[in-house]
Amino acid sequence: MNVARPGAEIAPTATVPAAGDGILVSNLTVTYPNGFTAVSDAGFALDPGTICALVGPNGSGKSTVFKAIMGFVEPSTGEVRLMGLPVEQALKQNLVAYVPQSEEVDWNFPVLVETVVTMGRYGHMNFLRIPSRSDRAKVDEALARVGMSAFRHRQIGELSGGQRKRVFLARALAQEARIILLDEPFTGVDVNTEAAIVALLRELRRDGHLILISTHDLGSVPEFCDRVVLINRTVLAAGPTAEVFTHANLERAFGGRDRT
Amino acid sequence: MSALVAELAVPFAYDYMLKAMWVSALVGGVCAFLSAYLTLKGWSLMGDALGHSIVPGVAAAAILGAPFAVGAFLAGILAAAAMQAVRLKSRLREDAVIGLVFTTLFALGLLMASIWPTSVSVQTIVLGNILAISDEDVVQVVIIAAVSLAVLVLKWKDLMAVFFDETHARSIGLNVRALKITFFTLLAACTVAALQTVGACLVIAMVVTPGATAYLLTDRFGRLIVISVALGAATSFAGAYVSYFLDGATGGVIVTLQTLVFLLAFVFAPKHGMLATRRRRIATEAAA
Repeated sequence: MNVARPGAEIAPTATVPAAGDGILVSNLTVTYPNGFTAVSDAGFALDPGTICALVGPNGSGKSTVFKAIMGFVEPSTGEVRLMGLPVEQALKQNLVAYVPQSEEVDWNFPVLVETVVTMGRYGHMNFLRIPSRSDRAKVDEALARVGMSAFRHRQIGELSGGQRKRVFLARALAQEARIILLDEPFTGVDVNTEAAIVALLRELRRDGHLILISTHDLGSVPEFCDRVVLINRTVLAAGPTAEVFTHANLERAFGGRDRT
Repeated sequence: MSALVAELAVPFAYDYMLKAMWVSALVGGVCAFLSAYLTLKGWSLMGDALGHSIVPGVAAAAILGAPFAVGAFLAGILAAAAMQAVRLKSRLREDAVIGLVFTTLFALGLLMASIWPTSVSVQTIVLGNILAISDEDVVQVVIIAAVSLAVLVLKWKDLMAVFFDETHARSIGLNVRALKITFFTLLAACTVAALQTVGACLVIAMVVTPGATAYLLTDRFGRLIVISVALGAATSFAGAYVSYFLDGATGGVIVTLQTLVFLLAFVFAPKHGMLATRRRRIATEAAA
């Protein structure tokens, strides 16, 4: 299942995707309406049961890749397939869960913790979104798993940074998606929460989930990520952490010297 | 005493007053439903822009003898398209684009209504005139409000998910684009309805104030909607009623009432009011 990649010194053109039963990004180029090309000819393939870090500096196109996976931007060329399906179909089937960056959330929004987690179940409910007994049970279970049961009736803005993260993780758990995207999950989070999140992600990997983490925080990557996709406007290297997460590669991605 | 009661009951004896009170309450309730969403997103001024932009449509409809709702709706779409075009073709910021387009359309509407005087006077457009609303207009308003209310009741949770986190809404298979278009269509339609009750200038209050008040009173979005709709409907009903005695513009009375309720919440709300916030601050300082 692990796609062998020819070493770490991969040129951007080496984007021939392999199996990729989980996420398959091939020859992805995204040009925004204002003419800016955020990523070009990017490709990587990931299988279920993997934790993968999407690593790159700010402005490297990480969030564009996320947007393409969520179908928010149309690829100019290339495509994204999730569990073998086109993005729209995969989303309709609840295959992808998304844990947003803290800055993207309106913490004053009048919702309680349990409401947020319940929203994770909406895709499984009837069209009036009335939770069934099993929906409620899954919400309870998700809250318990992240240790937030006691906080279910709090408004989300009343929580600490780590607690806030856990709530959105619980929402992803309740959704029961095969693929989970996390955007900068460790910013503004204390050490304990980080450890708890990592432990939870490992459990999810064991259950066969595919976890893709966008991050510019390099410290914790080698510790728990199986694979790394190194990105700066295109995929510079992708593969097992030990092969990709090298000093030379990181220097290339983070602009230690000119890449041309 | 009984004389006073009889006096207070007078508005209920007139058909036109009954009509005004019930139609106002219906429109006020639906607008308040929308306000629950609008106040959350910093899109409040969209309501104002729409209220002014549809004026030329109302004027044109009056001149041509077409149903006002059709004219207003077409003008609303024209306004949205014009804003989009100016935004794409220029480097102006969004607020400048909105301000530019809606004032232009509003001016055009006033100009049309004053050059070709019709049954719809400038004053009616700007201030509304629910007391003199015709039966055909009542039918239009009731249809708009009823359809909007039905859509909102069926889709309120989906809309909440979209307003809270668009990316997540996509990930659970919701059609975010269609839901947003639906929301703004309803907003445009209800703005048209509110034009009749409070006039173009005060539409903004109808789609902001009840939601803003409810926002101070609860942390649950479902309850926020219920409180908002109750406030919107009650103040609109009461406003129309009181305007009989004050002999004042109904729109002015409704919006003043809504503002009074807002001020009460602003000061006395149990958790998010001024007094509660101050109490908490003093408590923490004392504890420190």
